[in-house]
Amino acid sequence: MDTLIYLFQGFAIAIDPANLIYAAIGVIIGTAVGVLPGIGPALTVALLLPVTFKLDPGGSIIMFAGIYYGGMYGGSTTAILLNTPGESASVVTALEGNQMARRGRGGPALATAAIGSFVAALIATVGLAFLAPVLVKVAVKFGPWDYFGLMLIAFVTVSATFGSSPLRGLTSLAFGLWLGLMGIDQLTGQARLTFGVPELLDGVEVTTLAVGLFAIGEALIVASRHLYKPEKPIPVKGSIWMTKEDWSRSWKPWLRGTFIGFPIGALPAGGAEIPTFLSYNIERKLSRKPEEFGEGAIEGVAGPEAANNASAAGTLVPLLTLGLPTSATAAVMLAGFQQYNIQPGPLLFAQHADLVWGLVASLFIANVMLLVLNLPLVGLWVRLLKIPLPWLYAGILVFASMGTIAANPSVVELLLLTGFGVVGFLMRRFDYPIAPAVVGLILGPLADSALRRSLQMSLGDPIVFLQHPSSAIMIGIAVVALVAPFIFRGLSRFQQDED
Amino acid sequence: MTSKSAFIHNRPAAVIAIVLFAIAAVTYWDASRMVVRATYGMSATAASYFVAILFAILAAGHLISAFKPNDVENEEVDWKAVGWIGLALSGLIVSIWAGGGFILGSTLLFAFTARAFGRKAFVTDICLGAILGIIIFLLFNKLLTLALPMGPLERLL
Repeated sequence: MDTLIYLFQGFAIAIDPANLIYAAIGVIIGTAVGVLPGIGPALTVALLLPVTFKLDPGGSIIMFAGIYYGGMYGGSTTAILLNTPGESASVVTALEGNQMARRGRGGPALATAAIGSFVAALIATVGLAFLAPVLVKVAVKFGPWDYFGLMLIAFVTVSATFGSSPLRGLTSLAFGLWLGLMGIDQLTGQARLTFGVPELLDGVEVTTLAVGLFAIGEALIVASRHLYKPEKPIPVKGSIWMTKEDWSRSWKPWLRGTFIGFPIGALPAGGAEIPTFLSYNIERKLSRKPEEFGEGAIEGVAGPEAANNASAAGTLVPLLTLGLPTSATAAVMLAGFQQYNIQPGPLLFAQHADLVWGLVASLFIANVMLLVLNLPLVGLWVRLLKIPLPWLYAGILVFASMGTIAANPSVVELLLLTGFGVVGFLMRRFDYPIAPAVVGLILGPLADSALRRSLQMSLGDPIVFLQHPSSAIMIGIAVVALVAPFIFRGLSRFQQDED
Repeated sequence: MTSKSAFIHNRPAAVIAIVLFAIAAVTYWDASRMVVRATYGMSATAASYFVAILFAILAAGHLISAFKPNDVENEEVDWKAVGWIGLALSGLIVSIWAGGGFILGSTLLFAFTARAFGRKAFVTDICLGAILGIIIFLLFNKLLTLALPMGPLERLL
């Protein structure tokens, strides 16, 4: 019952006219940037963070919610019309969606993606609103050893268990952990790995890493290949409305996708790839017209797209209640919260209740705005896809570097950005996943301090992790999840592509 | 060299293994120089040693995979385009470093990046980049009061 009261209060904050405008701006720029090819939600949020720097925390977080959902929606538009999924989770959407667009059914494909996303996000946000307080009640009882166990699970699942190659995933994670070491140690005040550079004492900014790896790395890889593979968007012909048959073939996949996506997203298991692939396979089995799969089956867009959005709302559960990001997007969002001096976790619900519930209510509002704005504006989004690649990437680089120097005006920061860009380029070239590096950077220092606080409380006795059944079980799960893919090679059949 | 490539199938993996070993060594060396110890529990060095060991293990893993056939296809790379983007980013960095300001830097960044993607109309791109830079500068510096680096051009605005 409390949830409803809090949610009601949240809506009271969110429907303030200024906040509504923030939400609308967030949705529009989020979609506009998310539509651009090669830009997934993680990069969208990272690029647009500076826009929200100077607003008050409430307003910027509400704008943030709009950017997040807008970026998600924009990604699916690109996947359908351009066949260049901006993130791993829309790879499946591109399979059928692009085929539909090629057959002149781009409109219905976009519509089923938009309405499916709406339905999924709506149900999943309700799930978030009711699940989060329950989880918070459990989470306040967590000791540092439990957090350490949880982070181990997140590390392993994000990097090793579900990637194409556990070795490459773990290497990416190790890179993030290594960057997380840089800077002044919180407990003893010693500098780690700063090499005498004063700018490194504060550590590496998550947004600099994310923008470097995603934006600069992407620009480098596209430039290095573009001579060989030019892409053109498919024009949206005919009606954008769905026929009666489209509706009857779509609504069940939407719901099934939602119920697959939300629980998996809410687990600290990392990523929306698994629910989208699961949903795709289920829809192919259940479809009345399985022969259409591969040639533009609407179920193959409706289900995965709903699963994608539901799991995105699901990742907010561990993010808000435990401070545990399980995807690159969530890691960047956590960095955003920290920029406003808000630390997600169980205490957030006690200390900033109005903020959390304002955010949850804004997610509902952003979701409605997306539906209202996106379908009528589809012509505009298509026009954005037609920006010539040279100008597009030149503009992205200008904006990316602007965000970096606005946050931290120093040449060292720009050099870091460039360095991360080169690393991102090499990681893409040799097929290393990028999300584990971002998650490693943000979770590494947290895991370090959880570990050390546990050991301080136990006076240095490592048995503390096994004494508490909860942390013992979680560490056990993490170990199994780490070892399993090496034993059962078949488990790694879930290909994790780039965010 | 030729005898080496006869049994190293995956040369990138071998190079990455060496880089990972180097990072492990640097991290180990950095941790070994830290002096403050915790009274009980673990000191700040423990995480460094852990990451160093992790890197060493991953390096060993890469070394092993270097002797297996490569499972990632090697795509061709247009190094000239990569070089242009490198030039674009250095243009920005030098401009900021030398006090040239944000607008000059982003103009160079824009024009050289467009060149990397095969555009030949350099003068047009310079103008476009300058306009974009000015718009971003006005929007973020004046409207959102973010401190972007100032140069001679910015002081005029």
